[in-house]
Amino acid sequence: MKRIKTIEQRDLHKSAMTGGCGECQTSCQSACKTSCGVANQKCESRK
Amino acid sequence: MVHQYQLNGYYIVVDTCSGSIHSVDDVAYDVISLYETHSEDEIIRKILADYPDRRDVNQEEIRECQEDIQLLKKENRLFSKDLFEPLSENLAMKQDTVKALCLHVAHTCNLNCSYCFAAQGKYHGERDLMSFETGKKAIDFLISHSGDRHNLEVDFFGGEPLMNWETVKEIVAYARLREKEENKHFRFTLTTNGVLIDQEVMDFCNREMDNVVLSLDGRKEVHDHFRKDYQGRGSYEKVVPLFQAFAQSRRGKSYYIRGTFTHHNTDFTKDIFHMADLGFTELSMEPVVCPPSDPYALTQEDLPVLYEQYEILAKEMKRRKKEGRPFTFYHYMLDLSHGPCIYKRIAGCGSGTEYLAVTPKGELYPCHQFVGETAYRLGDLEKGIVNSALRDRFASCNVYARPQCRDCWARLYCSGGCAANAYHATGDIGGIYEYGCQLFKKRLECAIMLQVAESEEEG
Repeated sequence: MKRIKTIEQRDLHKSAMTGGCGECQTSCQSACKTSCGVANQKCESRK
Repeated sequence: MVHQYQLNGYYIVVDTCSGSIHSVDDVAYDVISLYETHSEDEIIRKILADYPDRRDVNQEEIRECQEDIQLLKKENRLFSKDLFEPLSENLAMKQDTVKALCLHVAHTCNLNCSYCFAAQGKYHGERDLMSFETGKKAIDFLISHSGDRHNLEVDFFGGEPLMNWETVKEIVAYARLREKEENKHFRFTLTTNGVLIDQEVMDFCNREMDNVVLSLDGRKEVHDHFRKDYQGRGSYEKVVPLFQAFAQSRRGKSYYIRGTFTHHNTDFTKDIFHMADLGFTELSMEPVVCPPSDPYALTQEDLPVLYEQYEILAKEMKRRKKEGRPFTFYHYMLDLSHGPCIYKRIAGCGSGTEYLAVTPKGELYPCHQFVGETAYRLGDLEKGIVNSALRDRFASCNVYARPQCRDCWARLYCSGGCAANAYHATGDIGGIYEYGCQLFKKRLECAIMLQVAESEEEG
């Protein structure tokens, strides 16, 4: 596309089929301790 | 839902529900903003009027752009619908698995930081240390409630956990024995003010701790303003060399230099750059959490200053990366291709369900920020969770439970925000901490911009 560049990323709709294993890190265990954000968590699914 | 913004010369379009991020030019940016509310011909007329002197903007070009947008819409990568709400109902059912504990091994501290949300480590209660027996019970509780989860997390927290160091080591040794028997994998973290770090602490942590969080607020005068000992002496000179040695000895294992900024240092990027100049590369800087009446609380007037600071930070990170001296900032870390699935994005941090805090006496709370709020006591290690009504409230506390989040473009990045922040701001864990939302959205815009910049540089 000439005017639009889509950055490669995980499709959230598809992740509804394969996700939910719960193995990923709990957000607050890392560095923040006083806020919440999940965007920087890594997926640890083995599927 | 689509969110559009311009930052650092980039035109960025975020499609909330698919998670798609598009870097576009000015014309496509304007066409997208009109796409859902205007006819194709109206858009063409308007764009031609808005770009009278641009040779690359003609009817054919605009139609081509509209076709691209239509294709992205068809592929669910633009204007995609939110189909995830039914998943949140399933999540509310999955509430009996616990996979992470914050172990308050020491409700005491060797520093006397006036801004401490834990009230100098005592959480408004008595000074106390967790016994090894209680720690063992916590490990057993976690294993027995973890169901089929393999990765289990334990954070040694306080107060200052190094004031109960021998117990920390005993708990780790016990958990390592149990993980073999139960086919689990423990990940330990330690959050410390650094005063008691020595070679033995570093060696042990480098063997056993997946992550260490080291509290440093930045410049000496900023750090020492709050982070004083009981004689009123600042701790900067004591902890910085220890943190430098510790960070260096991690050899690839994770650590974070974590600071707090307040109304007194709204120019907090200077503190972050100071941390980077000290040689630290994994950095986190959090807005202070306190009642608005505290003199160091962040104010509405601070907000535009903080927004600008986050932009300065993103631009400087980009510059330093180019110069070969990069550092990471916790809130700007976005893993777009291997990031969290939709379930994680809806459910959030898991406080009160899969994540619990344990006090030195073995009481269970939804997270470390609720410890001491007796109305939020869930139970204890002996009886387990007895306040199941409270646990159910936390289990249903997801992004779709908050009406204010429904129209927010960032909702699948923050999962509805922090329950403790919401409680402190509104008295209700189902509320929202609006100030925190505003900062979160600004940080997210900056984080996405950095990803776009990287992608553009790759070509």
